[in-house]
Amino acid sequence: MAAVATCGSSAGSTGSAVATASKSNVTSFQRRGPRASGTNDSGPRLVSIAGTRPSVRNGQLLVSTGLPALDQLLGGGLAVGTVLLIEEDKYNIYSPLLFKYFLAEGIVNGHTLLVASTKEDPANILQELPAPLLDDKCKKEFDEDVYNHKTPESNIKMKIAWRYQLLPKIEIGPVSSSRFGHYYDASKRMPQELIEASNWHGFFLPEKISSTLKVEPCSLTPGYTKLLQFIQNIIYEEGFDGSNPQKKQRNILRIGIQNLGSPLWGDDICCAENGGNSHSLTKFLYVLRGLLRTSLSACIITMPTHLIQNKAVIARVTNLSDIVVGLESFIGSEKETNPLYKDYHGLIHIRQIPRLNNLICDESDVKDLAFKLKRKLFTIEWVQDNYLRQERNIYPPGFSYLLKQKDSAWGEGSLQHSTFLMSFLAKATAFASRLVRHSEPLKQNGSGRIRQAAGPRLWHDGQRQEAPGLLGIPP
Amino acid sequence: MFVELNNLLNTTPDRAEQGKLTLLCDAKTDGSFLVHHFLSFYLKANCKVCFVALIQSFSHYNIVGQKLGVSLTVARERGQLVFLEGLKSAVDVVFQAQKEPHPLQFLREANAGNLKPLFEFVREALKPIDSGEARWTYPVLLVDDISVLLSLGMGAVAVLDFIHYCRATVCWELKLRILWRRPSQPTAQRDQSFTYQYKIQDKSVSFFAKGMSPAVL
Repeated sequence: MAAVATCGSSAGSTGSAVATASKSNVTSFQRRGPRASGTNDSGPRLVSIAGTRPSVRNGQLLVSTGLPALDQLLGGGLAVGTVLLIEEDKYNIYSPLLFKYFLAEGIVNGHTLLVASTKEDPANILQELPAPLLDDKCKKEFDEDVYNHKTPESNIKMKIAWRYQLLPKIEIGPVSSSRFGHYYDASKRMPQELIEASNWHGFFLPEKISSTLKVEPCSLTPGYTKLLQFIQNIIYEEGFDGSNPQKKQRNILRIGIQNLGSPLWGDDICCAENGGNSHSLTKFLYVLRGLLRTSLSACIITMPTHLIQNKAVIARVTNLSDIVVGLESFIGSEKETNPLYKDYHGLIHIRQIPRLNNLICDESDVKDLAFKLKRKLFTIEWVQDNYLRQERNIYPPGFSYLLKQKDSAWGEGSLQHSTFLMSFLAKATAFASRLVRHSEPLKQNGSGRIRQAAGPRLWHDGQRQEAPGLLGIPP
Repeated sequence: MFVELNNLLNTTPDRAEQGKLTLLCDAKTDGSFLVHHFLSFYLKANCKVCFVALIQSFSHYNIVGQKLGVSLTVARERGQLVFLEGLKSAVDVVFQAQKEPHPLQFLREANAGNLKPLFEFVREALKPIDSGEARWTYPVLLVDDISVLLSLGMGAVAVLDFIHYCRATVCWELKLRILWRRPSQPTAQRDQSFTYQYKIQDKSVSFFAKGMSPAVL
């Protein structure tokens, strides 16, 4: 069961003339601890919100991004109160998928949604969400996807590439009945009844821009100002920041903003290098951060950063976001023809992970990550890099090799012949074992000190035998 | 505070230098552990600290501070720490009209204003109390982080003016120490420069000379 720390009320700051004393300050970063004075509770009161879990590292509340593989890479999930920035791929094909997975996860968990877009009506976006894979059906459907996919056998101890044994395995399949993080079928739509049962708010800029919402004077572009007001309104009205005495909210607000920074929002940051509104976007992100940090909400933003001309702005945007994930698709790039990437659709770069309430963060050790969109699933895997590929060229099949096992001393008997390794490296294992020829066995002298290195006595007696044990003495 | 860093900088909380401006720069990495170090260092040295926290919330610094042995809530209640929480104040400024001048007033202005209200806030916070009893050794100003002001529409000139005013008031008038943080290219050191490699652990940071880390040797 997902348990979360209680949001205690911290005292309003004293002594400072400018700090406003709000009635109850809810921050999502409070650790688990006994309640402040005023209640008679003896111990800490744990409240559980559906779809959340505390982080292993510091008890912070996490929500799933909709992709369990991505959750794993981000250290468990997206922390409540933070922003996940997706740098869109060049033709904006895969970033809407991540956006939709995030929203679909919200619907499945019963979270409130706030969808903001300029291109598509939020109602249409919700209609196109992927359907969740439920536990009993998903195993069957997933197996047929995996059948065609050759995964490296993780049970076999690798000889040359033993360092790769130490890398964490990325889950590519659904775990049985996981309540945090679900898998989605990209080829099916979310059932209508689930969408209708959910509580969602849409912000479609062409509709809102002409409405007469009360807008405080601000130096942001009108689109951003209206969006900020809308978000702040929802947070206050529905009680996500705990300041509304009428509303006791115990749910998460998932905010999704699409194509932020594009010219459709009225921002010229993607068009000109030093436009007139060059600070609008960063100001928006700053105020949004302030809103998120004081409420039970999490936000996903997709941004066409490849269009932003001013590199300093990209650095500032990265600084003002918490998690930054970049997508790079192979369409139209030279990497499309690279055999290394032939199974994948693009690369995924984890550019930044926040260090919240901590000196260290859960940075994943694996840096070469690629994604692919199969018929139903979006998977993220690490790419076997050139090291392994080179190995296949250095050790052509059909020859025998003497190897030293990892960490063993250089001495007699430490050199082993490994037919297994040749079969691992060779394309066709049958060929490798057939073509191996061994010279005459070393003569054993009387003292018995020289031992013959274990060889592939496969053609002994004219019949193929099992490969001998590594230190086996031939009969 | 990190004991190893104190040794490297040759300081202890008892005898820290005054009248200096320290700039923390990080390029392509996260140097926020230094901010936590200096915050806990000066709180332990019994200084009056004015912390302008623009990039993270109060509870973030508080939780890390507890790992390093200082409690920010206690310090704030005692009056040792004056904390300006930029994120929360920004939300207040943008969504509600303020009656009094607010340190982050520039968020409401269309053109690039100046940081005078913020400077007034700092000066007010670090003014020595005339009540007679000297509870704190000397005042310290900490800003995390100054590049946020650039993101919020301030021109570089306005930010430099702010730094200059703070330095003049804080370092010379009141004999204080300022610490800033901004991500940028690392500036060239004027006198000696030392380069160390570091590894951050859960509650401390260890430093080694280049190439001498146990992981490498």
